[in-house]
Amino acid sequence: MNDACQGAEGIISLGHSVRFQFEPAQQAHVLLYPEGMIRLNDSAAEILKYCDGTRTAAGIIAELKRRFPDADLTAHVHEFLETAHGRGWIARS
Amino acid sequence: MDEAGSPGADAVYARPVGRPFWLLAELTYRCPLQCPYCSNPLSFARHHQELTSSEWMRVISESRALGTTQLGFSGGEPLIRNDLEHLVAHARGLGFYTNLITSAIGLDERRLAAIAEAGIDSVQISFQASSRELNDAIAGCTSFERKLQAARLVKARKLPLTLCIVIHRGNIDQIESILELCIALGADYVELASTQFYGWAKLNRDQLLPSREQVQRAEATAHRYQERLAGSMRIFYVVPDYHEERPKACMSGWGAVFLAIAPDGTALPCHAARELPGLAFPNVRALSLDAIWHDSPAFNRFRGESWMKEPCASCPERAKDFGGCRCQAWLLSGDAANADPVCSKSPHHQRVLEAVERAQQQAAGTGGAAPWTYRNPANSRTVI
Repeated sequence: MNDACQGAEGIISLGHSVRFQFEPAQQAHVLLYPEGMIRLNDSAAEILKYCDGTRTAAGIIAELKRRFPDADLTAHVHEFLETAHGRGWIARS
Repeated sequence: MDEAGSPGADAVYARPVGRPFWLLAELTYRCPLQCPYCSNPLSFARHHQELTSSEWMRVISESRALGTTQLGFSGGEPLIRNDLEHLVAHARGLGFYTNLITSAIGLDERRLAAIAEAGIDSVQISFQASSRELNDAIAGCTSFERKLQAARLVKARKLPLTLCIVIHRGNIDQIESILELCIALGADYVELASTQFYGWAKLNRDQLLPSREQVQRAEATAHRYQERLAGSMRIFYVVPDYHEERPKACMSGWGAVFLAIAPDGTALPCHAARELPGLAFPNVRALSLDAIWHDSPAFNRFRGESWMKEPCASCPERAKDFGGCRCQAWLLSGDAANADPVCSKSPHHQRVLEAVERAQQQAAGTGGAAPWTYRNPANSRTVI
């Protein structure tokens, strides 16, 4: 198994110092971390809802496909998870 | 709104007042440390009547209603307030991301447990240097060992740990060992905060301003560690603005995203702004935060661009740096509406260059500097 496969199979959770919540004042989901905030668009928020420490990337995609059966989202989700991992928003174990 | 104006001007007038995303709650000016660059005002000992617990609760609730997400509990030393954990619990319950900003004096296992149970989200501990001797000399009190112990307690609780080190001539050559200390303590975030020269730091500027060569070496070291530790420890390096040609975008703009509440309830667009003359800063005891943020003359004084004078008013970079820092403009040029003299376009830029030149001479051993003035109540009552 190569590194990329291991990454894809690992359980995904939010980053150590990160909190994910809905902000009524902004009508948007945000990520909060020490002294900082990221305002999320709808698709990022939908993906992060499932980064709860119980699913792999494949599991997250399966959930999203169940909710959005007509969307072709596999590549988009992988791309987002890579970015999110690079920024410390999510962790893989 | 005048539709005939230029597109640029329309954009400025149409720019809505933003939200105060950051609330800095300075719970007290009392502090066991005496750092000579303290960001509290020189006059701190003259401001009494700290807000009560219930007043802070109201301020925190009102700020959350305005859309604030980040809350920093600071001071002085916020641990001196024995209601800190109640305020943390209140804020956390409202959905704030809560940050404790502390010297670590008083952060023993029992207190940390209470604050953690209240729901604190992250802890920032200051270090003054990487060695006990220098740390305690800068802090003006024995504190290094207690900081080490507190940092370990924070990590043992798996709370996000930020270490903040204010950088100046006295410790800038230690930057590598400072970063090694941060690694050894398992810091998640590190702030290398170059001294900003207002208040106490301005008073001690000749003792604190580093030379150009020191800054260049420190920046190279910081960038090397940033690359090496990418993905494990995030290092923020605050650029020393006296050594720049353009000013910083201070506070991301006046009254744009940041709101500080001083211990006595004075509301400020920047924690250093209290000493700007001619501005009547509102107090949360008299007005709601909504009214303060949106309607008070002080918070509107330097919003947008209409207050700007030349060279800022026609500068193509004015939307990027907002003319720099109002406190620095006042301190170095005598008028808070002037361009920040850090900018090489400022007619007062020479005053920055003169200060740097004195730092160069002292680094070369050809200029002496008196001992610094510690930040303490006795000095606060006598320096101004």
